Amino acid sequence: MATNGQQVTFDDVHVGDEIPMLRKACSTQQLVMWAGASGDFYQIHYDPDFARVTGLDGIIVHGELKHAFLGQLLHDWIAPGGFVRRFGCQYRGMDYPNQEILCRGVVTRMYEENGQGLVDLDVWTENAGGKKTTPGSATVVLPRR
Amino acid sequence: MSDSIVTAAMQQLIGREVDEGVSEVTTTGCRLFARAVGHTDQIFFDEATAHARGYRGLVAPPGYLGTPVNHRGPGAMVNIPTSVAELPIPYKRILSGETSYEYFEPVVAGDVVTSRSMIARFEERLGSIGPMLITYHETAYTRQDGTMVAKMYGNVIHY
Repeated sequence: MATNGQQVTFDDVHVGDEIPMLRKACSTQQLVMWAGASGDFYQIHYDPDFARVTGLDGIIVHGELKHAFLGQLLHDWIAPGGFVRRFGCQYRGMDYPNQEILCRGVVTRMYEENGQGLVDLDVWTENAGGKKTTPGSATVVLPRR
Repeated sequence: MSDSIVTAAMQQLIGREVDEGVSEVTTTGCRLFARAVGHTDQIFFDEATAHARGYRGLVAPPGYLGTPVNHRGPGAMVNIPTSVAELPIPYKRILSGETSYEYFEPVVAGDVVTSRSMIARFEERLGSIGPMLITYHETAYTRQDGTMVAKMYGNVIHY
């Protein structure tokens, strides 16, 4: 569901379009929720002393949580009638609790395959300083108008 | 760079299926995951909504497969395939480098998914953080009826 509640269709989209941004800022509580939900109990995500011993400035946001944010970014854009065919990202930079994480995407290519409308995107999270901490890409299927 | 730390035994793992796991996709697991991410679409929380939207059951959110909560053993605590975690690597620190999923079918609660993982390749690099080993891995996920529902590609950095 696009922000206006309407289905985005293949015919509405153009190369270069930016999709609606998703804003996140992880509380330490959210990191603990993610640890429990994902089963990733690496201590650098909840124990500041442990994180510092490994050379970090403090606890950091799980890379896979940022990856899942990009999944939400795409899902929220293409729902209810689209399908996330592929999405992924590289973990290039650390993000810290209580700091803004902007999840963004831009359409890079549109094409048809087996009668389906496919859209490729660059997706990424960026920090408050504008640094892309998890750059990635995605392919979604969008219904026709 | 010093000599390679990729042993002959490690080289022999490349391309072989080294982990096979089975995980049950549960309503509780999907809701926990969706809540932790901050999803708002009710197809991740409410079965009736999911059915009304044409899904076979409560929908597993993007990225749901492949997290270590699905591992069956008692020791799986970090997001690294068992085959990678058990490698004799001299570097102490570990980071996840990349995660990518390809989806062929929606995954829903009630599915029983078999995963088969393998190590695709090793890459040694001298980075700003010192020498590192990047292990690329792939996992294929097959549903109870034999349909391949997803593939995951990732890498783990030891440094």
